[in-house]
Amino acid sequence: MPLLLRLRKLLFSQPSLHYTPTITHINEHQQHHKSLTTTKKNNNNKKKKLSWRSCIDCYCWFVGYLCTTWWLLLLLYTALPSALPVLESPGHRLKHEGLHAHHPVVLVPGIVTGALELWEGRPCAHGLFRQRLWGGSFSEILKRPLCWLEHMSLDNETGMDPPGIRVRPIPGLVAADYFTPGYFVWAVLIENLARIGYEDKNLHMATYDWRLSFHNTEVRDQSLSILKSRIELMVRTNGDRKVVVVPHSMGVLYFLHFMKWVEAPAPFGSGGGPDWCAKHIKAIINIGPAFLGVPKAVTSVFSAETKDVAFARAVFPGLLNSNLLGFQTLPHILRIARTWDSMISLLPKGGETIWGNIDWSPEGVYHCDLAKRKLIAPLFDDKAFSSNRSDGRIGFRIEETTNYGRMISFSSPSAKLSTCGSKEHVKSTQTIPMKSSACRETWTKFNDMNEDQIRSVAENKVYTARTVHDLLRFVAPKLMQRANAHFSYGIADDLDDPKYSHYKYWSNPLETKLPDAPEMEIYCYYGVGIPTERSYVYKLSQSSKCNNIPFQIDSSVDGNERDCLRGGVYFVDGDESVPSISAGFMCAKGWRGKTRFNPSGLPTYVREYWHRPPSNLLGGRGKESGAHVDILGNAAIIEDIMRVAAGANADEIGGDQILSDIMKISEHIKLHL
Amino acid sequence: MLRRRKPEKKPEQETPPPALASVSVPASTTRPARWSCVDTCCWLIGWICVSWWVLLFLYHAAPASLTQQVTEAVTEAITGPMPDPPGSRLRKEGVTARHPVVFVPGIVTGGLELWEGRPCAEGLFRKRLWGGTFGEVYKRPSCWMEHMSLDNETGLDPPGIRVRPVSGLVAADYFAAGYFVWAVLIANLARIGYEEKTMYMASYDWRISFQNTEARDQTLSRIKSNIELMVATNGGKKAVVIPHSMGVLYFLHFMKWVEAPSPMGGGGGSDWCARHIKAVMNIGGPFLGVPKAVAGLFSAEAKDVAVARAIAPGVLDSDLFGLQTLLHIMHLSRTWDSTMSMIPKGGDIIWGGLDWSPEEGYDCNDKSKTDNVPHASEDFQARVDNFHLNKVNYGRIISFGKDIAETASSNIERIDFRDAVKGNNFAHLNASCHDIWTEYHEMGWGGIKAVADYKSYTASDFLDLLHFVAPKMMQRGDAQFSYGIADDLDDPKYKHYKYWSNPLETKLPNAPDMEIYALYGVGIPTERAYVYKLAQPAECYIPFQIDTSAKGGNENSCLKSGVYTVDGDETVPVLSAGFMCAKGWRGKTRFNPSGIKTFIREYDHAPPANFLEGRGTQSGAHVDIMGNFALIEDILRVAAGATGEDLGGDRVYSNIFTWSEKINLQL
Repeated sequence: MPLLLRLRKLLFSQPSLHYTPTITHINEHQQHHKSLTTTKKNNNNKKKKLSWRSCIDCYCWFVGYLCTTWWLLLLLYTALPSALPVLESPGHRLKHEGLHAHHPVVLVPGIVTGALELWEGRPCAHGLFRQRLWGGSFSEILKRPLCWLEHMSLDNETGMDPPGIRVRPIPGLVAADYFTPGYFVWAVLIENLARIGYEDKNLHMATYDWRLSFHNTEVRDQSLSILKSRIELMVRTNGDRKVVVVPHSMGVLYFLHFMKWVEAPAPFGSGGGPDWCAKHIKAIINIGPAFLGVPKAVTSVFSAETKDVAFARAVFPGLLNSNLLGFQTLPHILRIARTWDSMISLLPKGGETIWGNIDWSPEGVYHCDLAKRKLIAPLFDDKAFSSNRSDGRIGFRIEETTNYGRMISFSSPSAKLSTCGSKEHVKSTQTIPMKSSACRETWTKFNDMNEDQIRSVAENKVYTARTVHDLLRFVAPKLMQRANAHFSYGIADDLDDPKYSHYKYWSNPLETKLPDAPEMEIYCYYGVGIPTERSYVYKLSQSSKCNNIPFQIDSSVDGNERDCLRGGVYFVDGDESVPSISAGFMCAKGWRGKTRFNPSGLPTYVREYWHRPPSNLLGGRGKESGAHVDILGNAAIIEDIMRVAAGANADEIGGDQILSDIMKISEHIKLHL
Repeated sequence: MLRRRKPEKKPEQETPPPALASVSVPASTTRPARWSCVDTCCWLIGWICVSWWVLLFLYHAAPASLTQQVTEAVTEAITGPMPDPPGSRLRKEGVTARHPVVFVPGIVTGGLELWEGRPCAEGLFRKRLWGGTFGEVYKRPSCWMEHMSLDNETGLDPPGIRVRPVSGLVAADYFAAGYFVWAVLIANLARIGYEEKTMYMASYDWRISFQNTEARDQTLSRIKSNIELMVATNGGKKAVVIPHSMGVLYFLHFMKWVEAPSPMGGGGGSDWCARHIKAVMNIGGPFLGVPKAVAGLFSAEAKDVAVARAIAPGVLDSDLFGLQTLLHIMHLSRTWDSTMSMIPKGGDIIWGGLDWSPEEGYDCNDKSKTDNVPHASEDFQARVDNFHLNKVNYGRIISFGKDIAETASSNIERIDFRDAVKGNNFAHLNASCHDIWTEYHEMGWGGIKAVADYKSYTASDFLDLLHFVAPKMMQRGDAQFSYGIADDLDDPKYKHYKYWSNPLETKLPNAPDMEIYALYGVGIPTERAYVYKLAQPAECYIPFQIDTSAKGGNENSCLKSGVYTVDGDETVPVLSAGFMCAKGWRGKTRFNPSGIKTFIREYDHAPPANFLEGRGTQSGAHVDIMGNFALIEDILRVAAGATGEDLGGDRVYSNIFTWSEKINLQL
């Protein structure tokens, strides 16, 4: 590339070399001779015109030059035989080992990765029938942003489509193989599975509208019924071999919901009988599971500031951070995100028992430096992280606990603070909506709050995983009202209580029992070694313009170098989106052995994968990545999935593979089992 | 990529121009002299690119509704007001989605994608080999041929290659980019409330035989399970099935399969169809086969099948590649079992013998009567003359020479070919011929001569002919399909799956409430019989050719370029599409013991008025009829709950009832 640039510069300068003064002089002379009658004024005019034209000419020449070189290179590139050494894919290797497709495989995509297309829309969406609104190139966002927003958001009362708009998930593997062109989600796994003989008949993508609450996907699209029917069909047509289910991210919760739904009796459930799962499912391989929710979901609902969720990155690269458009974009995102019920399914579950309270958290003594060191030590001579090592303080640890339990705090971490009783402001003064019309266009709920209320939120200083729900109920009452009808975040005291047969508990592993299927295996596969958001320091935002969100992550707060606090966010070990406590706890402790959540004693396995960033730009997203989505391209994880799909059991792939402190952390959690 | 890079680089280059501009003012007038050719070239490309981008940018920057309005206004100015699409109109009438809808695509319209291939197909994983852009045909033709053809013994995939049908609505909404198949119908159904959960595209691998789709892909099981699911999740409302072209036969097969007991069938019980299907709306159904399949299998010369048109427009006709391409196509299509499902069924009883045919006396110029009313009287006289001159012997599906085709049967001396010795393998040492498997090189000169000496073939003779010229292919075919007429439908042998797709050898299911529609276009000359000649011997060639020099006496004749045409939809003659619904199944017959109601809806072909209309909204052509507004409206109404009587019963333009009368079939 630099060579190309230099070459271009060289060539570009050449034409200007020709314009030597002598030549121009001669030229001028000639012109004078030829047109003696022309006045000076005219000449001036002409000069201006000519300079303008020559500038255009040069520009055109330059563009043409660029294009031609580009095309030539492209031509050369395509003409070259693709003899570049390609790393042997796991599928290739395992095929040589003699592995064959055995169990049918069901893939369950997570939030935002599934594509959505338009089936019926407002006049502004003319010509988009059956075109992707979500996924693909996202070109409509740039072309008609408001129209797009209108079609992507749901009705904020019912959580369903607004009248006259039908946006539906795309069925089939195409729905989530690539999120945008070139950004794979499931494609690598699918390709490897195909090598050992999988194809459409024994590989199914369980797509669903990830914006809806899980129960509503059945009510509106019958997605759960379709999934049930497909699994039954695949088991029947593949010689009664049970399926291996591979859910990812939120798909994990969706499949938990499915397992309860399929065995529940008819009005709410499908009436598949109590042994449906035992008869149809061999194993569930949860990838990057968000069993207990993610802290990131809190901020995305609270202030739309999830800095690195996949969708924000893909949709608005850079745009979010720009000051110019920032305060326009964020409220819009907040508005549509708040109409999506599924966001609420990702709120942290289990309250303070799991996530810690003001003074305590299970991760208590986690060292961010330590995580890094562990990550890089076996791999490189940590050149990339030499700055951390060079200060010589790496060996020197301070046993200082981080207050991860304080999920949202409105102060600097050092300040001593009072605990909160957040209930009090819920009941406070009646809402006085601001009457600005511009404000009402963007529905963010904050418009319904007045200054005092906003201040009272901030005065409460600290919110834990339990009180954060009260906070959200206060700032987004409609959202939480819908949420409470579809999801629950508690811990069951008595799982046999008849109230737990309601569907809103089905996606919470702490309020449901696993199905009675002693032979079924549950795997938790997730990446570790990436700092992952765990709790936040907030501040009130300065400007009080109407469209502004009154709360902001206080990005000026930084801890010292050893500290896990950076840019107002406390980090912990995880896969960039899901902290390992959420991904691993259920498999490591909650369901391990016979517990009240796992009465039939399903075997569970934890397999962790260290994150190793791609060594160079050519590595793309890496074959050893542990990041939340990129892990689907991780060669080790793909191999493990394929072995299980080809009939191996957990012992054959090596049982647990624990690299983080998940066991220790789980020990800290005092949950009655 | 390129476009995005441009703005980044621009500021970097902005620095030179100021200096440059001041100096080069007068220079630009003499630019051509000093700018080299390359520079000028670059300048030109740049200029084109820039203006293109500017236009593109303007186009995209303009609000979408505006561009839409402009294009609509332009179209309207030229063509007059556009008719409202039936979906929008019916929605205003209050018609809404009711019954779930199942589409069954026909041959060649379904997309196929690669799941496993040879090294030459590197990088094509899950890319379409069939459908879409067909880009690979040009890029690596031999690789493509290798992957598209099937094993010629088993009729299944060759080892190491897995080409599978695309699933979902995308499989057949568009065949190639911009060439719609089901898309228009889908869009109109969506307008009255249909969506993915109430529509299902029953895509299958159309290359392999119907029973093999179940054996290999479990396609029939999938269709069964999906219909059951849709009926269950839509409150028990039965499905409306819409098969097109060969999908009609496929769905006949499905209906027998689903009720047959388990080892061979789906084990759905004898009332499965009654419980799950409201209506079968067959579009352009070749119930009794198509004569075009004859020419296609015999000499790969079905001139206008979608295959040839899509793959090699023009190339086929060129002399340079002609021989090679045809051989390749023959090689390809002869490995496809499904093409044999379209061989004319029912033999001489349906298609006519040497001296008679049901369509006898059809006037090929019939269309001109309606077109040129003022000249009707002159025309009439001419037609009366023609009638006596051109009594076309449609029954002779293949005749060697125009004279044979026209003379009385007593004048034809036929020498039976069936026992003829095939003679020496005249291409025995030619490697290139062996690569291309057509079986003709195994026939020898003696065999070819014997075929030509038989002079004239009827529908029944033709089957023997195929057995003679392509024994391996017909061996596969006989295991999967049957072309006869059953004497006794209760004979236990008819439980075998090879009879299931032949309406003359099966009973319809016991479902008195079900309705069967035959929807097809009429008014287009359709291939019905051929005049053949022997081709000039060459090193490696197809020995028979359609005699394109054979022409009728005048321009009104049915014989053009060696092909006798009859009324139809360009591919399927009226007889094949309509006979079963007009007579074979009408009322209670032995083929329809429970008396399922049948309806015939014909759509008279009207070509698009001008280029802007695309493929027209009143077309009757085999595939284009899927965009016919009248047909779409009928389907929408039935899907929304109407019955055949609500639509107005039969709607007939052709002579289908008179022709059916002439067919002497025991019912």
